[in-house]
Amino acid sequence: MSGVTVTFGGLVALSDVSLSVAPHQVLGVIGPNGAGKTTLFNVACGFVAPDAGELRWRGEVLADLRPHRLAGLGIARSLQDLGLFDRMTVLDNVLVGAGRHVRTGFWPALLALPRHHRDERALTDRALAVLDELHIADVAGRYAASLPYPVRKRVALARALVGEPDLLLLDEPAGGLADDEMAEIGELIRGLTARTSVMLVEHHMDLVMSVCDDIVVLDFGRVIARGGPDHVREHPAVLAAYLGEDVA
Amino acid sequence: MATLADRVLGRTPLRRHLTLALLGLVVVVVVLESTGQFRNAQFAAMAYYGIAAGGLTILIGLNGQISLGHGAFMAIGAYTAALLLRGDEPFALPLVLLAAAGVALAAGALVGVAAARLHGPYLAGATLALAVAVPGIPVYFGEALGGEQGLTVRVPRIPDWFADAVFFVTGQDMSSSRYLAYVGWLCLIVTFVLLANLARSRVGRTWRAVRDHEVAAELAGIDLGRARVLAFVVSATCAGLAGGLLALSARIAAPSGFTLTLSLLLLSAIVLGGLGSLTGALIGAALLTFLPQLVTGWGQDLGLSDVRAAELAPLIYGLVTVLVVLFAPAGIAGGVLAARRRRAAHHGSPSARTDSEARP
Repeated sequence: MSGVTVTFGGLVALSDVSLSVAPHQVLGVIGPNGAGKTTLFNVACGFVAPDAGELRWRGEVLADLRPHRLAGLGIARSLQDLGLFDRMTVLDNVLVGAGRHVRTGFWPALLALPRHHRDERALTDRALAVLDELHIADVAGRYAASLPYPVRKRVALARALVGEPDLLLLDEPAGGLADDEMAEIGELIRGLTARTSVMLVEHHMDLVMSVCDDIVVLDFGRVIARGGPDHVREHPAVLAAYLGEDVA
Repeated sequence: MATLADRVLGRTPLRRHLTLALLGLVVVVVVLESTGQFRNAQFAAMAYYGIAAGGLTILIGLNGQISLGHGAFMAIGAYTAALLLRGDEPFALPLVLLAAAGVALAAGALVGVAAARLHGPYLAGATLALAVAVPGIPVYFGEALGGEQGLTVRVPRIPDWFADAVFFVTGQDMSSSRYLAYVGWLCLIVTFVLLANLARSRVGRTWRAVRDHEVAAELAGIDLGRARVLAFVVSATCAGLAGGLLALSARIAAPSGFTLTLSLLLLSAIVLGGLGSLTGALIGAALLTFLPQLVTGWGQDLGLSDVRAAELAPLIYGLVTVLVVLFAPAGIAGGVLAARRRRAAHHGSPSARTDSEARP
């Protein structure tokens, strides 16, 4: 995305923000509270239309991006509150995420044609494979609401991954996790780069520093620094933003 | 347990639903042939309540959209059927019923587009307005639609092949109320197979996803508006078919048959039976049909006067509703299911995948 500006009323949430995610790369977006991280994600998903600037995906400009088109474009997003479908089984949750691979429509479903059944079989195999990969295949038949939080997190991740996205947007993937669980998630994210690019928003510096190839730092809606973890860690503007010091 | 069911009913959803439908058909033939004219008429009523409740339970239970106005779609279906049966050369019955469902489908699409933008109490209010407004239309267009008196409906002649087929199986002649009960239950079985297919399919999954978490559903590629309109249309179509059958059974389509009470009774029937469950819709329809007469009978046995005894029915219906909400919040079907699951867990059997949501 380039030159993205978003204002809410008189408040500038994002001002001329440009960033890009390279294939098979993990990009971290960090910044103090209210820096515009979530707004940035919402722009990337089409929930918020930018007042200026444009989004590009595989070289093409995305005009009038709507959230439900995202999955078809090969972009998946996990939500901060996970957003699991609580009254559905884990398997069904993941199957919903596989909608991109669906080949049959309403009528085969209404008449339960063999075509629909085959399609469902293929989707189920795909979903079970992802669950297996995340080591939660044993809870496939359980209702999402009945699971402990770390497992729910994995279910949400499985739902995002089953669509085989080329870009995965993770909103606070480590939020609410204990240290050892966080290390696991970090490894998991690193493991994803073989097949997808990742862009994540996160508060936990340890995680960001350990998994990201590239980091963008936002403060008051502006990009104040970008670069590798080492570069960002030492950047005076970043220190100032986080520690509140004046930069001379 | 699950494997036994698999073996008996077939493994794919379609084969499962068709087996259940066939079993249902056998039960229907036995029950209708062994009961008299009065009961036949009651079963016909249960069939059309069941169809409307089935559609409504899909809408509310699976997609989370509430409708207090399904009586309006029944009215649309009923008037469509009545108009098509008026001429000297009335249309064939299947055509009439398809038209009743079709017109309700179109109306449902229109209302559904508006409904998809509304939530919770606003949607309830809008559909409530529909339930109040639609019965006013025939009064306003009294010339064409019969005004307060409504349109009388001629029951079409029983087709010879149908009478012959039933005679061949049962050795009994066909009365017109028995014929209507057969038509109603055939429609119910077909409708329920289709609804069960939908509920178990990707479409049903999409509806449940929209119900549980809108934003996540949208991010998974679901167009919220389309999913909602589709659910509304499916549900309104069922109500239209039910309305057509109601007009045939009652032999009249009149505004007084489609008051707000009808819409609310439908809603209470699916809450009693269990939201989202087709079995529950059927249980609710049975309660709606048989409870009043049953309770009146008890009242008379207890020595109450006829009027007093008839007043007992709404009281008992209310009490049953309160008890179900208190002790089985998931409805009767949901309560039975939960009890069975508890017992299974108690006996330490492996937890079978809970796929009983919305099956006939």
